[in-house]
Amino acid sequence: MMYVLKDWIFTTDHKKIGLLYLIGSIVAFILAGFMALLMRAELSAIGPTITTNPNDYNVWLYFHGAAMILGFQIPALTGFLANYLIPLQIGARDVAFPRVNALSVWLFYMGIVLALMTFVVPNPPDVMWTGYPPYSVLTPGNTALYTFTVLLLGFASILGGVNFLTTITFMRAPGIGWNQLNVFTWCTYGAFILQLIFVPVLGTAVTMIMLDKYVGTHFFDPSAGGDVLIYQNLFWFYSHPAVYVIFLPFIGIVFDIVATFARNRIFNYKAAIYGGIGGIVLLAGEVWIHHLYVTGMPDWIRVGQMITTLMISVPVGLLFISLVGTLYKSSISFKTPMLYGLSVIFLMLIGGLTGIPLAIVSLDLHVSDTYFIVGHFHYVMAVAGTFSIFGGVYYLYPKFTGRMFSETLGKLGFWLSFIGVNTIFFPMMVVGVVEGMPRRYWDYQQFPAAESYHVVMTYGAGFIALGFIVILFSWIHGMFKGEVAGNNPWGSRSLEWTTTSPPLAHGNWEAVPAIAEGWGPYEYGTKKA
Amino acid sequence: MHKLGMKGLSLTSILIGLIVGLMPASGYAKEIADTVKGFDHLWYEVMVSITIIGAAFTIVMVYFMIKYRRRSDEEEGSQKPMSTVSAIGWAVIPVFLFLAEDLYMAAKGWELYNDYRNVPENSMEIKLESAMWSWDYTYPNGVKSYNELRVPAGTPIVLRMTSRDTLHSHYIPDFRIKEDSMPGRVTYLWFYPQAPGEHVVACAEYCGLLHSRMAGKIIAMPEDEFTAWYKAEAENLEQKLASN
Repeated sequence: MMYVLKDWIFTTDHKKIGLLYLIGSIVAFILAGFMALLMRAELSAIGPTITTNPNDYNVWLYFHGAAMILGFQIPALTGFLANYLIPLQIGARDVAFPRVNALSVWLFYMGIVLALMTFVVPNPPDVMWTGYPPYSVLTPGNTALYTFTVLLLGFASILGGVNFLTTITFMRAPGIGWNQLNVFTWCTYGAFILQLIFVPVLGTAVTMIMLDKYVGTHFFDPSAGGDVLIYQNLFWFYSHPAVYVIFLPFIGIVFDIVATFARNRIFNYKAAIYGGIGGIVLLAGEVWIHHLYVTGMPDWIRVGQMITTLMISVPVGLLFISLVGTLYKSSISFKTPMLYGLSVIFLMLIGGLTGIPLAIVSLDLHVSDTYFIVGHFHYVMAVAGTFSIFGGVYYLYPKFTGRMFSETLGKLGFWLSFIGVNTIFFPMMVVGVVEGMPRRYWDYQQFPAAESYHVVMTYGAGFIALGFIVILFSWIHGMFKGEVAGNNPWGSRSLEWTTTSPPLAHGNWEAVPAIAEGWGPYEYGTKKA
Repeated sequence: MHKLGMKGLSLTSILIGLIVGLMPASGYAKEIADTVKGFDHLWYEVMVSITIIGAAFTIVMVYFMIKYRRRSDEEEGSQKPMSTVSAIGWAVIPVFLFLAEDLYMAAKGWELYNDYRNVPENSMEIKLESAMWSWDYTYPNGVKSYNELRVPAGTPIVLRMTSRDTLHSHYIPDFRIKEDSMPGRVTYLWFYPQAPGEHVVACAEYCGLLHSRMAGKIIAMPEDEFTAWYKAEAENLEQKLASN
């Protein structure tokens, strides 16, 4: 037992590190999900329901947001999926710097431990995941815990960025060119370029808050010549690109899933890569003002970034055309991973298109900071993002366990969650624009008409919880009772399925995989394999 | 030939979008802009267009899902590699269509935004200082009021806002408008109560413990009633100042 533990903690194998990321991020997901259930219970009726202290609610909300984004989504996508898949998809024995990789996962776990201390310290942080000053400086809550959690997880991301950019650039097996990479590999490449550029800005911003609060500097204090808006600019200069750090890998894994289960080549691959991913990487840093539309930023920059924000629809549209086009003349099998993959296209349509009114500055004056925006970004991140992570886990499940999960359980979990997310997040958008229900409210007595919406949403949360229990059970059940999977149960053409399941502990393949001339990961309907 | 036609069409719409967008803002409109109507109209228009886009993608996707479902285990997809011409076509034409749609929406949004930001002449200017957790209004004659703002119906009201402690956001859902208030900066918003009535004010920027209880009210009164109330309050204020 001790030996096994030591083996996992000190591992430098990218596959084990990936799985460590998966376990840690699922723990974060469960805790953050539990916070969401507490909040839904509190909001199920007007007036105090399960707590009379709004501060409890604020701490749940802080933890929910910070843990979901920093503890679950980013680590699950750029930690688990990237670690597990990238070396296998490019035919490498491991990542470029395996020990740096191990350091990343340690920092990630330390970040999780710090985040968990929220429930132990006397004055837990209540600054939301955004940590806006002056409140984060004025509050009796422990803002330092927030700062250090962000710094640790951010540092893990920077190391990951260095590692994966090097790996993808220099360690592709002979014969794999840039135009033969899986879309997921390309997306991860884009995501880590963004992380490497923008995470340091976030680190700076949260450090400045801590200095203001504990050391007595005045970066954000106007009475001493500071400015409160500097923080929001720095924060969103990172945190909007962070949306694409999440979006790119999740749409990437959906591409892989859809191509595999539709047994088809990617429709207009180069447009998706260079137009879609490239366009997003180029535009990501020029749209952050749309988070500051109602803060009194000058009109010229609000209008200017309204145009850049709307232009995001161009690369995203190319990715969508490519995804839907991949179904043309295909052969679709509706296994559990594919249900997740196809549903992400649909859910991301809702999430992406409801971003258009939010991009229009005059419409945002009404719906900013209401439940409309909460519904919108939950469709993008919480729903499409999480569904693609779960789809990815189901897709890779035979590879990393060597066994199959139960299709029945997988599908049951999917449908319960699918009903749940739409029951909660669609009414959320409606109540935001129709009633003007503002976000981050512990109670809503001035909006009595919102109550019936809240009741429906709380039922939705229950469905999601039920669905996730089934999903988790299907994963555990399959490990013990599942049939042996074989190397390539899905009939995929992608390189990771040519090795054994699970792959060899060190080196992944017996020898460097031989790549046929002109091979591509999605060349179905040809004899090349 | 067909593709070229579509490209020409989208180029035209970009040009139209640019021209509409670059037209000078009608700065001092004689008529007071109805931003509520403007909002509702643009919102409806945007909802219709995103529903059409979403439905188009969904219908195509569902059609493919039914038509190309796998019938036997050995079956594989049969999409052929794209020719360079059609690859470029499938990239360039959608790019132009999306750009045209974007610029059209940006122009529409900008037009309404001008209405939101150009304060009508003859507006009544009220100062607002927000604090944890109250809205403190000061009228031009020095009368103060907390969490309840009485205004004359038929007069546009502009709030010049700042904050004593942290960020707040003065949100009036009925008038489709909010703007943050913060220490060290002055921001503004205006609204136009056309008829007597009550409107909820909520705080839309997280400000700690009682954020959700930072509720206020705007009471639009018939003009004569307001004038009477306003004068009485001013006299009260004078008496108070005199007795001090």
